Amino acid sequence: MYNGGVPRPSVLLESWTELVEYFRTQMRTDPDMASAVAAIRTLLEFLRRDKGETILGLRESLKWATDCLTRVDSSVAVSSGGELFLRFISLTSLEHQDLARCKKVMEERGELFLEKISLSRTKVAKLCHTFIKDGAKILTHSYSRVVLRVLEKAAAEKKRFTVYVTESQPDTAGRQMAEALRRLGVPVTVVLDAAVGYVLEKVDLVIVGAEGVVESGGIINKIGTYQMAVCSKAHNKPFYVVAESFKFVRLYPLNQQDVPDRFKYKADTLNNVSELSKEHPVIDYTPPSLITLLFTDLGVLTPSAVSDELIKLYL
Amino acid sequence: MADCGEANGPERKNEIVRAKNEEKELTKEEKQRLRKEKKQQKKQKEKKDDKGSSEKSGREKTLDPLSASQVLSTQSPTQKVPASAPIPVPPSGAPSHSSGAPSHSSSGAPSPADKPAKSKAELKAERRARQEADRASKQQGSSSSSKTKAPASDLNPVVKRLPEHVQVDDPAVVKRLAKKLERQQIPLRSDYGYKVSLFSHLHQYSRKAPLTQLLSIPSSVIHPSIVRLGLQYSQGIVTGSNARSVALLHAFKQVIMDYSTPPNEELSRDLVNKLKPYISFLNQCRPLSASMGNAIKYIKKEISNIPSQYKEEEAKTKLLECIDKYIDEKVVLAAKAISKYAIEKISDGDVILVYGCSSLVNHILCEAFDKNRKFRVIVVDSRPRLEGREALRRLVQIGISCTYVLISALSYVLPEVSKVFLGAHALLANGYVMSRVGTSQIALVARAFNVPVLVCCETYKFCERVQTDSFVSNELDDPDELMVTRKGKTQLEDWHDLSTLGLLNLVYDVTPPDFVDLVITDLGMIPCTSVPVVLRVKNVDQ
Repeated sequence: MYNGGVPRPSVLLESWTELVEYFRTQMRTDPDMASAVAAIRTLLEFLRRDKGETILGLRESLKWATDCLTRVDSSVAVSSGGELFLRFISLTSLEHQDLARCKKVMEERGELFLEKISLSRTKVAKLCHTFIKDGAKILTHSYSRVVLRVLEKAAAEKKRFTVYVTESQPDTAGRQMAEALRRLGVPVTVVLDAAVGYVLEKVDLVIVGAEGVVESGGIINKIGTYQMAVCSKAHNKPFYVVAESFKFVRLYPLNQQDVPDRFKYKADTLNNVSELSKEHPVIDYTPPSLITLLFTDLGVLTPSAVSDELIKLYL
Repeated sequence: MADCGEANGPERKNEIVRAKNEEKELTKEEKQRLRKEKKQQKKQKEKKDDKGSSEKSGREKTLDPLSASQVLSTQSPTQKVPASAPIPVPPSGAPSHSSGAPSHSSSGAPSPADKPAKSKAELKAERRARQEADRASKQQGSSSSSKTKAPASDLNPVVKRLPEHVQVDDPAVVKRLAKKLERQQIPLRSDYGYKVSLFSHLHQYSRKAPLTQLLSIPSSVIHPSIVRLGLQYSQGIVTGSNARSVALLHAFKQVIMDYSTPPNEELSRDLVNKLKPYISFLNQCRPLSASMGNAIKYIKKEISNIPSQYKEEEAKTKLLECIDKYIDEKVVLAAKAISKYAIEKISDGDVILVYGCSSLVNHILCEAFDKNRKFRVIVVDSRPRLEGREALRRLVQIGISCTYVLISALSYVLPEVSKVFLGAHALLANGYVMSRVGTSQIALVARAFNVPVLVCCETYKFCERVQTDSFVSNELDDPDELMVTRKGKTQLEDWHDLSTLGLLNLVYDVTPPDFVDLVITDLGMIPCTSVPVVLRVKNVDQ
């Protein structure tokens, strides 16, 4: 099926369209699911349908599949989730003679991985809601499903708090967040992105989600997060990040321009536009010195502990 | 025998105590007898506890404090009388010490716990603590010698031995070192010149008086390649962490090749002993670096792991192979791996700042240039070593466009710099970076200008030491190097004549981890705070 690790063209096209279709269906059926989880589901399905003859070939095709998915959805989490999936399933001994048995083992592990990560948001919410005290005023940025889950849990625990959400241009995702919070009965105010410094003196704590957590302990998130972090440091307000563990990625940016271009822009922009320097990046990098704590399903971590966890996950 | 000795002792002491009460004066012989009996009891306690159960020891311990109290308490004779009563019949417990009796069997809590005298209670508490510590240490299976030391030193906290090279101002330590060197037949190198008071605990040698001048020719104790190496170190011919370690390993290879096992000796033990005087000699020529320390540890481990059935030739070849493998893995391949990671961080149009001459950083820049990255380099240099000139020479030779400044111009060039690449002499366990003096200054100013600082370091330079400042452990170079001759006139020529003037030529300094953004090692890119994790992982591997 493979010659020199490169799939033949006809097979390529077939599997590629199948893959993307499956991925898009997953995203559509459950809008609450993280894109990385959808990607991992797709990869698992791909593994099941794969007709490869060798373990190495299987790995190559999984890598290729992850690559395809990142071209559809360029968020950091998809690429990190894919890589972690691959590492997790190949962590067992694959010494069986029978390829089918090896595949079975890998599939089982893949399902285990999927199960673990679908519980991760609940775990994060359980850890974080205790940091929200009665009467707290929270500032958050853009639309994050994890932050929403945390605030849901806090509301369920009968805590009273108010939320300020930034509008988060260019896609005004903040309004979506405000709508969801209003449905929960939480008093919410939408503020302009430019009003973050203005509103920070009223606020007690800042909670944001993350699209990716990097090796240094910093985060990659919707553009505007770095600004919020700098302002909250200046006001001495705690800056909390909530993220699932599959978002940990082996990247180490030194500053904003060190983040690779493939993460900075949306997938369609990357594919269609020729002059990237004219486009606005949709994400930015927040260095670990501005982050107080990270809430993950591995526990509550300081930014310097993230590297320890990454070494455990990836090495 | 032991038991009756125990019984006799306290009784004897009873008599002495009563005599004391009457006369309040112990004769010299009685004092000596008391001391002897105390020692005997200690020895017997040791023997007993080595075989006996804890209850037995508990009982003896309850006996012992009571008897010991007799010996120690000379202040209040009246209070001793009630204590003497329960000694011959400890389990029954005297009426005045009913509270103490039940506690005899349980723990070492002695009955005189309710003694009114504060000083005595304090002493009891200390002794109790000591005994508990002894029992705890015995349960862990420590040797009896620690027990005899424990009573004496329990009152002083146990201090870890400091290395002698940071205790030069303590005459006892210096005397100990002199004796050790005399035993190994190595001349002692004397310090030179006035030492600045903050650094008076460190050695300061003169380049003009190398140790080799005091050696006889031919030296019977020290191998000639080691003598050569020592001279190269002390004259500054071989400098740089990597160069020194590799030179050391090559010299040791020569030593192993010329080694022949004496009759009735085992290679694994004798060779290690042979290496000890060489290491002391090299230490005298120039203090060992962290990387050299790790290399020596590795060699000693390899030598002692040689199985005894190996013939001499086999063993020697194996050792030579091990050394070659170590150099290959830890230095050459590590440099390749580090360049691979570092090149990802160099983008086109970068202006990179480097300090001094780090073999690793030069290697990275040469590799990046070979991979057609477009960048230019600013080399920062400082007196008196002016190592930057060597780096400049190497970089310009392969065609990189460079600028050369002295460290005083640092804040002038930093606005145009995009990254700073620094080498390291060692990485300490708390994340601090030990490097050539001036490095922490560069990191500090770069932080102030928001320029990312990247430190490149192989994992064999990681050491378990912890240091937060540059004073505690450092190296002082020859102060005469600071003199400069221009236009025929030498400044500071007669600095020795001024008693209040001290010249300080520091070699290393320590950079805190908050100034370092990234550490590139052969295991990957890690933040500075993750160094202990790497050490932990490495120890697990070994």
